Amino acid sequence: MRRFLNKIGRQCSHFLGETGRLSTLFIQALIGIFRPPFRFELIMSQMEEVGVKSLSVTLITAAFTGMVLALQSHIGFKRFNAESLVGTVVALSVTRELGPVLTGLVVAARAGSSIAAELGTMRVTEQIDALTTLAVNPIEYLVSPRLLAGLLMLPILAALADITGIIGGYLVSVYFLHANSVVYIRRTFDFLVYQDIYSGIFKAAVFGVIITVVGCYKGFYAEGGAHGVGNATTGAVVMAYMLIIVSNYFMTALFF
Amino acid sequence: MIQLIDIHKSFRNKKVLTGVNLTIHRGESMVVIGGSGCGKSVLMKHIMGLIWPDRGQVIIDGKDLASCSRQELNEVRKKFGMLFQGAALFDSMTVGQNVGFGLKEHTSLSKDEIQEKVQEKLHMVGLPGIDALRPDELSGGMKKRVGLARAIAMEPEILLYDEPTTGLDPIMSDVINDLIIRMKEAYHVTSLAITHDMISAYKIADRIGMLYEGRIIETGTPEEIQNTKNPIVRQFITGSAKGPITEGACV
Repeated sequence: MRRFLNKIGRQCSHFLGETGRLSTLFIQALIGIFRPPFRFELIMSQMEEVGVKSLSVTLITAAFTGMVLALQSHIGFKRFNAESLVGTVVALSVTRELGPVLTGLVVAARAGSSIAAELGTMRVTEQIDALTTLAVNPIEYLVSPRLLAGLLMLPILAALADITGIIGGYLVSVYFLHANSVVYIRRTFDFLVYQDIYSGIFKAAVFGVIITVVGCYKGFYAEGGAHGVGNATTGAVVMAYMLIIVSNYFMTALFF
Repeated sequence: MIQLIDIHKSFRNKKVLTGVNLTIHRGESMVVIGGSGCGKSVLMKHIMGLIWPDRGQVIIDGKDLASCSRQELNEVRKKFGMLFQGAALFDSMTVGQNVGFGLKEHTSLSKDEIQEKVQEKLHMVGLPGIDALRPDELSGGMKKRVGLARAIAMEPEILLYDEPTTGLDPIMSDVINDLIIRMKEAYHVTSLAITHDMISAYKIADRIGMLYEGRIIETGTPEEIQNTKNPIVRQFITGSAKGPITEGACV
């Protein structure tokens, strides 16, 4: 019993320690965004890493998700003669949920892991210490530009994913399921309100923060050579996935 | 002047430093020797504020690092240059960008002026014209020399060398030793090197201290260390397999 309680105590202490360090890193990086010198070159290169390089995989995921959603909802709605609502369901699902969430998961897998691996390698090869010895704050130099890039690029990626998902649904409905094009487009936009789009974009911005801060955190505190970098990379993806899924529920409840 | 006063440091219940006292005078070249894993690198990282002591004080030119503000700490760090064991070159940058990094971050020099300084420092370490190469295109010895060029780019008052000759062949080790001596002559820097390479220690040191079981157990000039009667230091400098270190004796 005592051993069991000890184990729980250790786990709680580990969890609280990790939460504390993660929050501190986030706050320091956030402050770093507003503190000169402003390193535009670094910010642009991170926007390319996080955003531009994730574009193709995000759009492919969104397009096929919109397509499969159109197929599935058509099968369901056909049972009670409501096929004309497929466009509405695709648009609402993509803008409110699937666009931002899938974008978040895709970027977490692609850019989040890459951030953790890069910073983890820098940690174990003492490059982060070298930054400090050169009187450069490593959090402001490494974490702040990535945080800003995530915050700016995820909403853009999610907006593009929304458009691509809706187009994917349209193409399948009109050209494969022979829905009426004009009715489909009208149904898509008749029930779509601005809040559906805003809530999705807001979620994506939060996911951008989660992915970059978690990736940086896992890499920044990596230890133990190549094995440690591997653990940091896996840990970053798992933690970001969990936080995206859990925070998505709470944000949806907030915008409900 | 660098003063370490009663430094204690533990990692996960493992005591690494247990009361280190060490003073390095201005212009002096100090070498700390000790076995692998005895805490030499931890000791050096305390001087830069990369690691903070559990107890004790690190004083640089009269300033206690623990009481420095963020800005003051950065100003203190600008007095230092550090050569890391694995050189720690930024692998996302070219050699030239590595060497010029401090100048770009902390001075208002133009690109051309930085480039000129980079060439000058690379020339000093015997590697002119390699500024366009990337770190992964360099050999171990070249990396160390580029690391040294980066460390001296801001013309620091204090240079720290973490195992400067480890992993190098004897000839390249001697090249690095000569460079360390040249840095001292050219810039009159205070320096601290940690090593277990006794050939290097005798060559570059004004004074040698031995770290053992978390403390500095003896300091002296290279001649004094060579003639020491302390059995632990004797065993270490002669590299003998038999003696108090391997038998686990305490001081």
